Amino acid sequence: MPDHHTITLLLNGIPHTIAVEPRRTLIDAIREDCGATGTHTGCEHGVCGACTVLLDGEPIRSCLMFAVQADNRQIRTVEGLADGATLHRMQQAFIDHHALQCGYCTPGFLMLAVSLLEANPNITDDALRDGLSSNLCRCTGYVNILRAVRAVAAELRA
Amino acid sequence: MLTQAGVIGRSVPRLEDAPLVRGNGLFAADVNFPRQLAMRVVRSQVAHGTLRTIDIAAAQVLPGVIAVWTHADVADIPPIPFRATKLQGLEPYCQPILANRRVRYVGEPIAVVFAETAYIAEDAADLVLPEIDDLPVVLDAKAPPSDFAPGMSTEPAVVRKEFGDVDAAFAAAFDTITLDLSVGRHSGVPLECRGAIARYDAAQDVLELHGTAKKQHWNRDEIARLLNRPPHGVHLFEGHVGGGFGVRGELYPEDLLVCLAALRLGRPVKWIEDRREHMLATNHSREQQHQVRAAIDADGRLLAIDAVFWHDQGAYVRTHGARVADLAAAMLPGPYRLPAYRVAGHFRLTNKTPAATYRAPGRFETTFVRERLMDAIAARLNLSPIELRRRNLIASAEMPHPRPLDALGTDVVLDSGDYAGLLDRALVRIGWNALQTTLQRRRAAGERVGAGLGFFVEKSGLGPSDGVRISIDHTGGVELVSGAASVGQGVETVLAQIAADTLGVEYRRIRVVRGRTDRIEFGNGAHASRVTVMSGSATHLAAQAIRAMALATAAPLLQARPEELTLANGHVARLDAAGIGLMSLAEVARHMGPGSKLMIGRTPGLTAERWFYSDHMTYPYGVHIAVVRLDEGTGQVRVERYLVAYDVGRAVNPMLVEGQIAGGVAQGLGGALFEEFRYDATGQPLSTTFADYLIPTVSEIPELDVLITEDAPSPLNPLGVKGAGEGGINGVGAAIAAAVDDALGRPGAITALPILPTTVHGLLHA
Repeated sequence: MPDHHTITLLLNGIPHTIAVEPRRTLIDAIREDCGATGTHTGCEHGVCGACTVLLDGEPIRSCLMFAVQADNRQIRTVEGLADGATLHRMQQAFIDHHALQCGYCTPGFLMLAVSLLEANPNITDDALRDGLSSNLCRCTGYVNILRAVRAVAAELRA
Repeated sequence: MLTQAGVIGRSVPRLEDAPLVRGNGLFAADVNFPRQLAMRVVRSQVAHGTLRTIDIAAAQVLPGVIAVWTHADVADIPPIPFRATKLQGLEPYCQPILANRRVRYVGEPIAVVFAETAYIAEDAADLVLPEIDDLPVVLDAKAPPSDFAPGMSTEPAVVRKEFGDVDAAFAAAFDTITLDLSVGRHSGVPLECRGAIARYDAAQDVLELHGTAKKQHWNRDEIARLLNRPPHGVHLFEGHVGGGFGVRGELYPEDLLVCLAALRLGRPVKWIEDRREHMLATNHSREQQHQVRAAIDADGRLLAIDAVFWHDQGAYVRTHGARVADLAAAMLPGPYRLPAYRVAGHFRLTNKTPAATYRAPGRFETTFVRERLMDAIAARLNLSPIELRRRNLIASAEMPHPRPLDALGTDVVLDSGDYAGLLDRALVRIGWNALQTTLQRRRAAGERVGAGLGFFVEKSGLGPSDGVRISIDHTGGVELVSGAASVGQGVETVLAQIAADTLGVEYRRIRVVRGRTDRIEFGNGAHASRVTVMSGSATHLAAQAIRAMALATAAPLLQARPEELTLANGHVARLDAAGIGLMSLAEVARHMGPGSKLMIGRTPGLTAERWFYSDHMTYPYGVHIAVVRLDEGTGQVRVERYLVAYDVGRAVNPMLVEGQIAGGVAQGLGGALFEEFRYDATGQPLSTTFADYLIPTVSEIPELDVLITEDAPSPLNPLGVKGAGEGGINGVGAAIAAAVDDALGRPGAITALPILPTTVHGLLHA
């Protein structure tokens, strides 16, 4: 495989050394080469946000980036949120507030919401809404996603 | 702890959530088999044309390509069938799995490539070169019919329904109102695109299809028939499903192609749709043009409605046949007393992506039409829209209310309802009178604000039957196997709650199996808001049977009579001491095991299968109220407040019902204000990405209030439930249109959905 590049993705703290074509998208590498299928492909043109992961702490669309661009960088996905049997408080809030139905957009929304609150625990409600408007959900009508994230924000401020 | 009776009606957390929030779901793209091939579909880039040749030579020799097929390779496979209605003559309009000499829409499959990886398959698909001669396109369903093929019209059928003397009613009318209205082309557009993974298990001689949804048993039977296999040699499996909304889980060309390839190529075959393909290939919906007339008396009471509509089916008849047009025709009269009605629904083929159902099919459209009509009558007579509706709503004393119509092959009998009561409760809930005062003050201050409403009757619980088998194993674990499916709406939780209520076990202990043809012989799937009604009722019956078996088995062992016993906390207990468990269900199950002396000569197992039958649908009803503000500069409609009041008879899990409503409202706002599949004059689709086809984000969602009522339990099932899946979307187009009219101060100004900023801007500055 002469046109393949060997790269290392630091996925949820674990190095994955893989050989990929230069054109391989980051989401395909995460899902197919590293086997972490929790991150989902929704549109492959960067609009829906289902593929949102955190790259060095920043939310990005993993469908719009090539895997080779993430070589040796820290990637957090939904699989990295829980601590063993204990869910991340955002995961628990999504359950408690019925913020998911089919669950397909959920990993992307969880990563987006976690990053918004990690970046600014005192985020204003307008900014929170604005941030969450970058991902699409087709089931919930967003009402309960907003409730869940607001509840976590309130916990963090308390 | 919710361990027993009383769990129905409680907003307990969902059983489905734990794997989904951890990223442990199993969606179609997550299914993989060793040695699998990737399939890529080559699609027509021409809306209508003669397919002369397809050059596949370059694709065939690309390293990693295993096979390339065109129609000649699959000519022995019949076209995709449909579920029939009474209409005859639709068969010649069905879609071949690969285009045969003619292409009829942009996106139509014309060839398929099978390769070692999805990347190679996509490279190879780009090398397939079709030669297509353009033909004239049909893009307006209302244009005079032309030829679909020699001797075959683009209007294969007209849906006609009629009761009462319509002509006499119009002749005697105090006044008549006529409207021309239209609803745009939009669809479900779930966040997960479609996927299909087929695998042939030669050891068992079973063809497996994974990534399925909604309608597994019908699809199994049809796949078996089309591929000439026995149904028990084909099995469909459902993992997680990333939203359905009507479009997913129907039988599409790609489903047949992966199955055929798995059999012929001897390797598993995986196909995952991309978003652009989804916009071109997955069912569209909604697009209809209506001409509707009402005859009224001097008080505004309806004497007759005479409706004609043109239904844009797109390029082929798909699995629903003419069901959407049929439902539109049957449901248009809605909640109003109507002495006479006549409808003609022109079912038309065009050169667009084929159409079928999308959440509240035929009702989102006709609620818009009917409620526009009611608003127009109110304006003509200078009555308030509320008063006009009060005069026409069917009274609760008139229930059950037979309507001399059929819908989906069942007679329409509105089973129960207090329509006027719900309208009153909704008006109180939103504070209608105070709202009017506020809006007047804001309008006086120069704001363009208004409020409007839409009333509707939904339908749910389509029969004819569904079955559930419940088994309790020797550890006390409960398994519930259902012929239903899940499209992400919470089926597992709801069925578990219903079973737990009767079995006296914790609902979390119940494992719900759905969407698998290998676990239950028959099933009717998840659509038409039917699962809670049909599978829920079957669950209730099966749980009652298990309860009776458990008590009958335990009674002699406990030296009691069965009627002195009950089930609680996973145990048999005395009715007068329910807190003291005398024998666990696990022990009862062991006593009923195949080695138990009690079971000699009998069929062992604490297990029961029960079926629920229904030949009539049940009809929930609701009202939507919207408050909007118009932006004078941009023409944008901002929805400020939104209320849905909806009577579901009985809510098994109110949190899930509210979730269904909220999701439906968001989709309805999309159809009312943003979403539309547009085409240019040559039939090229213009809405093929999420940048062109605008799904609402959280920014477009208003302050939403949901009022779930249980005033009118259905008399048609043992739980009293009515379906909740479609009431959130049904009335949105109607309510938003009325509110925009009100904000414009121009009754009847809105005649088409979606209501785009250019339209509103034009009306604001006319």
